[in-house]
Amino acid sequence: MLAEQDAFEAERSARMVRAIYVYEAPLRLWHWVNALAITVLAVTGYFIGKPLPALSGDTSAQYLMGWIRLLHFSAAYVFAIGFLARIYWAFVGNHHARQLFLLPVLNPRWWGEVLYELRWYLFLVREPNKYVGHNPLAQLMMFLFFTIGAVYMILTGFALYGEGQGAGSWADELFGWVIAVLGGNSMQVHSLHRLGMWVTVCFVIVHVYAAIREDIMSRQSLISTMVSGWRMFKD
Amino acid sequence: MTNTFYDLLRRQGITRRSFLKFCSLTATSLGLGAAAAPRIAHALESKPRTPVVWLHGLECTCCTESFIRSAHPLTKDVVLSMLSLDYDDTIMAAAGHQAEAVLEEVKAKYKGRYILAVEGNPPLNEDGMYCFQGGRPFVEKLKDMAADCQAIIAWGSCASWGCVQAAKPNPTRATPVHKVITDKPVIKVPGCPPIPEVMTAVVTYLLTFERLPTLDRMGRPAMFYGQRIHDKCYRRPHFDAGQFAESWDDEGARKGYCLYKMGCKGPTTYNACSTVRWNEGTSFPIQSGHGCIGCSEEGFWDKGSFYDRVTDIKQFGIESNADKVGATAAGVVGAAVAAHAAVTALARARNKTGIAVKQGE
Repeated sequence: MLAEQDAFEAERSARMVRAIYVYEAPLRLWHWVNALAITVLAVTGYFIGKPLPALSGDTSAQYLMGWIRLLHFSAAYVFAIGFLARIYWAFVGNHHARQLFLLPVLNPRWWGEVLYELRWYLFLVREPNKYVGHNPLAQLMMFLFFTIGAVYMILTGFALYGEGQGAGSWADELFGWVIAVLGGNSMQVHSLHRLGMWVTVCFVIVHVYAAIREDIMSRQSLISTMVSGWRMFKD
Repeated sequence: MTNTFYDLLRRQGITRRSFLKFCSLTATSLGLGAAAAPRIAHALESKPRTPVVWLHGLECTCCTESFIRSAHPLTKDVVLSMLSLDYDDTIMAAAGHQAEAVLEEVKAKYKGRYILAVEGNPPLNEDGMYCFQGGRPFVEKLKDMAADCQAIIAWGSCASWGCVQAAKPNPTRATPVHKVITDKPVIKVPGCPPIPEVMTAVVTYLLTFERLPTLDRMGRPAMFYGQRIHDKCYRRPHFDAGQFAESWDDEGARKGYCLYKMGCKGPTTYNACSTVRWNEGTSFPIQSGHGCIGCSEEGFWDKGSFYDRVTDIKQFGIESNADKVGATAAGVVGAAVAAHAAVTALARARNKTGIAVKQGE
């Protein structure tokens, strides 16, 4: 987590540190499946709230809204089951796999390095620290926008899904309380779920930008790391 | 002295044949099956009638108007006759002290055994002075009568959620019944107004079985509020097909396509309109070409326009919905990222020599 610890770890793994294995195969697979699921969810979700231009013709020959909703729900299952699998992997995977769920909030040095990274992004320092896993600022953002965001979207999403499945369905039994807690009018939950989609869009923009930028600027690999699992340090 | 509903009905000239028909109809509408009809008949014949006291707080009387138009005339007679014998200040014959005396009488005589039906809600601001009845604030009358009742029926959206008088900024602090009376079971029968057959069926259920019907998570009878309008809407196939009315009186509207894009709240509204319908089963809003406005849902006045699907979120300004807020945020983030990238590129170009030197080391 901390730069020194990571450096120590890197030193231990090889005398001449050039590359280190960070992301194990199941985690990388989850990342890309998850990315695809989020894309499908955002696009289909957008068209559930604001449907495509109306079709005409034989009603029984068409099922456009049905397919869009089916895709949305299928991707939601992939996303939710993937998230559960990811939590499982936090227990059995390497310690980098826990970064999404455990923040060292009690460690003042970690906070110090969050500030350092922030200053790096504000062009106030010339060199970023190098980290094997996420840098502290990235970890904080991942936790706030991905981990919390995913829980929020799963709770509100499956609550709305439970409405269609009907009272007594598993989704209603497990998640129906969310609608009641939010006042009881699920129109509200629709709006909140849609806002969550837009927050996710913002997160994706920043996430992709930061990955590309750091890949170039901080002289360590990021994008290829999520493909191969190896973090390359370029100098 | 009339002791049972059956006695009452016979006295009004209703035949046994009609009475049994009513029992079958009620059993069916409650989803109980044919076997329950004799039980209902037996209960109405043998049990001493449970008095119902009907109070009116801040309301428009649409619930009463709806109730007295219950499609099955017998249903209306059953309950109306009973109510007129006890208390309902809107339609009872007595007035003034005479009427108010009935309340005390019911309280004393049927302690813990009467049903309190509340139409409207109490305003709490200024010690409840915004609704004043019989020399005291309505909230006092409500608490007084609720103390000895068996259960409360909250008629309509006013009593259940607050409705229009509780809409922002709610100057009188109109408050739904379950937030004022917390120690008695409250059955919410929301709607503005509720469907008459639903109202009479709920009363009949209570009187027949002497227990509360199964309630959903929000405290509504599951048999009528267990599904959304959308789940039983006859235009649902057009929704699934992606066939929508895009504007009033366009081709889609004429063909009876789904009104989802016109802001229909059917997918978020729990009520029985699409099955029981209105005016003796004649029609309901969607059938007449207008979307559902979600009148039986909590705070439906404050949840944005009746004509939008992605509705306004007032916290972000008058004219903003999730898409406007979200797309603006995404635009700002995108612009910020682009600007950041540009600054990064410039800074990098300026430091090129520095990096080259370092790499050469």
